[in-house]
Amino acid sequence: MSNDRDADGKITQRDRASTPAPALGTREFLRWMWTQLTSMRTALLLLLLLAVASLPGSFVPQRGVDARAVEAFRLRHPDLSPWLEKLGAFNVYASPWFSAIYLLLMVSLIGCILPRSRVYWRALRARPPKAPRRFDRLPASGTFETTADVDTVLAAARRVVGRARVDVVTDDDGSRGELRSERGYLRELGNLVFHVSVVVVLIGVAVGSLLGYRGAVIVTEGDRFSNVLTQYDEFTSGTWFDPDSLPPFSLELDDLIAEFDISDGPQRGAPRLFEADGTFIDGLDGDENDYSIRVNHPLSIGSTDIFLVGQGYSPVIKVTDPQGTVVFDEPVPFLPEDATYTSGGVVKVPDTGPEQLGMQGFFLPTAARTAEDAASISLFPAAANPYIALQAWRGDLGLDDGTPQSVYVLDTSKMTQVLGEDGKPFRIELQPGQTSTLPDGTTVEFTELRQFARFQISSSPLAGLPLGGVAVGLGGLILSLFIRPRRTWVRAASDGSRTVVEAAALDRVPRDDLPDDLTSFIDRLRDELEPQEKKTS
Amino acid sequence: MTLADYAEFSNYAVASGTVVLALAFLAHLAELLFVRQEDAEPLAAAVGSGTQGSVAVAPPPEDDEVPPRSAVLSRIGIALTVVAAGLLVAGVVTRALASERVPWGNMYEFGLTGVSIALVVYLVLVRITSVQWIAPLVAGFGLAILGLAWSAYVPAGPLVPALHSYWLVIHVAAVMIAGALFLVGASASLLYLLKERAENRGTVGPILRRVPTIAAMDRLAYRTHAVGFVLWTFGALIAGPIWAHYAWGRYWGWDPKEVWAFVTWVVYAGYLHARATAGWKGRRAAIIALLGFATFLFSYYGVNIFVPGLHSYAK
Ligand code: HEM
Repeated sequence: MSNDRDADGKITQRDRASTPAPALGTREFLRWMWTQLTSMRTALLLLLLLAVASLPGSFVPQRGVDARAVEAFRLRHPDLSPWLEKLGAFNVYASPWFSAIYLLLMVSLIGCILPRSRVYWRALRARPPKAPRRFDRLPASGTFETTADVDTVLAAARRVVGRARVDVVTDDDGSRGELRSERGYLRELGNLVFHVSVVVVLIGVAVGSLLGYRGAVIVTEGDRFSNVLTQYDEFTSGTWFDPDSLPPFSLELDDLIAEFDISDGPQRGAPRLFEADGTFIDGLDGDENDYSIRVNHPLSIGSTDIFLVGQGYSPVIKVTDPQGTVVFDEPVPFLPEDATYTSGGVVKVPDTGPEQLGMQGFFLPTAARTAEDAASISLFPAAANPYIALQAWRGDLGLDDGTPQSVYVLDTSKMTQVLGEDGKPFRIELQPGQTSTLPDGTTVEFTELRQFARFQISSSPLAGLPLGGVAVGLGGLILSLFIRPRRTWVRAASDGSRTVVEAAALDRVPRDDLPDDLTSFIDRLRDELEPQEKKTS
Repeated sequence: MTLADYAEFSNYAVASGTVVLALAFLAHLAELLFVRQEDAEPLAAAVGSGTQGSVAVAPPPEDDEVPPRSAVLSRIGIALTVVAAGLLVAGVVTRALASERVPWGNMYEFGLTGVSIALVVYLVLVRITSVQWIAPLVAGFGLAILGLAWSAYVPAGPLVPALHSYWLVIHVAAVMIAGALFLVGASASLLYLLKERAENRGTVGPILRRVPTIAAMDRLAYRTHAVGFVLWTFGALIAGPIWAHYAWGRYWGWDPKEVWAFVTWVVYAGYLHARATAGWKGRRAAIIALLGFATFLFSYYGVNIFVPGLHSYAK
């Protein structure tokens, strides 16, 4: 039989190959290993193993996803964490064992694709196989007699078979002949395309993450961001990416629009619209263009995409020393901590007299007190009644010792808290336009309220490859699952007056409707022959 | 009607639809009990009245015009299912009107719309082929998913900005239909396992006898899983990442929901392979299919409840 059958044979042989390793030399052993690795059963086990291996990453926070969650988890589980760390559980998708499974699967996949492609290539050029001698052994067969001659029968059968690869062979004297047909070659092609595309996706994802970069930055209204490393709040990039080669562009945020649901009901305060408007310059200098970034509508500059992933408030704080010199006058982003935008923030004022000044506290967009002496809470995410509460520290901010420091954390270890006359921590409480005076005469003013946008800036150069890979793979998958390969044979033998016609069919992928299909095939064949029957009778 | 009226109507419709579906489920359970009983009766009748003739027709005993009670219950069950489906579809439509968008923006709507589609498909199938035997499973699973949906109820309202994308519409629709197919596939695989076990032990009872042959179950399972797998591949691995790109600035970030979508995909790929592997065909493949369904349910429901992540928007 044909090469396709060889393919079948090979696959079943592989399945049987899981008998114990024979005691053989290295070469044979390696070959045996290879056969094992590329068997369908191993692929199946590797697939299931990969599923199991990806599970921990959905329960343990992942560094690549949320580094802060990992730190919080480590604080909560001090005993467990070192073990998880050793196992790579905080970075499952880059851990050695995950990569090992993934690589083995890939090798197995390639080891399976190559021989199958060769077999397919040969099958493509092969002719349909000869009819087996005995049709009654095939899953579906039938026979009838007609007065039409062999050539007529086979020509009619040719028409009825329709789209398929067909050979018609007749004896010299025209008394016997057979038609061989095969269709459904696309199934195997689809299957190969699908598996190749799995490999393409895996490679695309890996290479894309090596070449890409991703960062996040907070930009307050009125500020400008330039795409250089130092301006980022967070930045990660693939090993092959050179941070000095960040594409040059800059953007200015003019206006951030945030709208929230104002209905009375459980949806109150739910976000309805976020939009960042401003101008950008592509390159070091060039024309200013307007942009408008909304959630789900990023801005693309060259290969870089800029997404709006969050927003919040930046109160502008002005600090004046007792001599009347303005030592600080900047918007300070306060990071939202809940759905009503209760936000935490830090003000660092290094250049004020011998001792540096640090302030830490919270901002409420719509502050309200539930009782006279209760703490204020935020009722609504929009800024209807903005309010800041801060406490102050004097001493060394620790900015000069060289270790990088987050702008959102105040290290008070070398500082002392500023106290009020009552000996309790001094509280600065401000609404826009209000000023508070520290015991030493320094004044702190909340001059105006601005908003900030949190942008995620990323470049995923090869993202189209995996995505296109899956899309092509999907096409292959559909062919591979729904095309029905079938071989049909018709044999005709004439004794001069009557012709005996036999037909049989075989599916490569067994299906139960084959006998019905063959019956209808024979019916159609007889219909084709009918006119002649009428003429002769 | 105002938006609030629509929302209220929707809630009433879904609530009563749930109750009616529960009644349908009970009717089908009762039907199964009677099938058991009646199975014993004709034998007794045949022995008793000896002259009755052909047993193959299995005539109803004595008073000929009275259909067996199981058949009556079956019809009642299907009628109730029709009512339930009508109510649920009305609930889905008014929900869409109330929130002025497609009715699959959160887990409640996802479950509700999914079950409604599944019921309609099932009722169409009942009309064109004989799939009555699947009735208790459909009603039971439908109820379970409605229960999950109710436990995640949120009032009708517009979407948060991250969900404003037609990719969401495509992504969720594909995943929802895939889920419905996986549900049918899982039912078929479950019946396959039950019937196969009973056949091996020679204990095929009257209920399992109504179920088609195990070969037919296996085929049904394969076909539904095959189509479901294609849709899942498209919904979870193409449309999902594209939407995630626009919403969160990355295609794939191993968010818990993404992990589980991936795991579901891998397990179903495992199922397709198992069916093509000697020694894994049949029983083991069916078990993998059930495992796949469990991972699907977890990615739909469990992840939102147990694991925090970007997708937990519905909480
Ligand atoms: C991520 C990994 C893989 C996925 C998602 C996958 C998926 C699939 C799918 C969906 C089918 C179609 C099943 C059918 O026709 O009934 C299939 C068939 C097949 N796969 Fe894979 N596969 C993967 C890896 C592998 C590997 C590593 C091998 C190598 C041994 C392999 C070998 C095969 C074979 C031989 C078939 C043909 C089955 C048939 O003709 O019915 N697959 N695969």
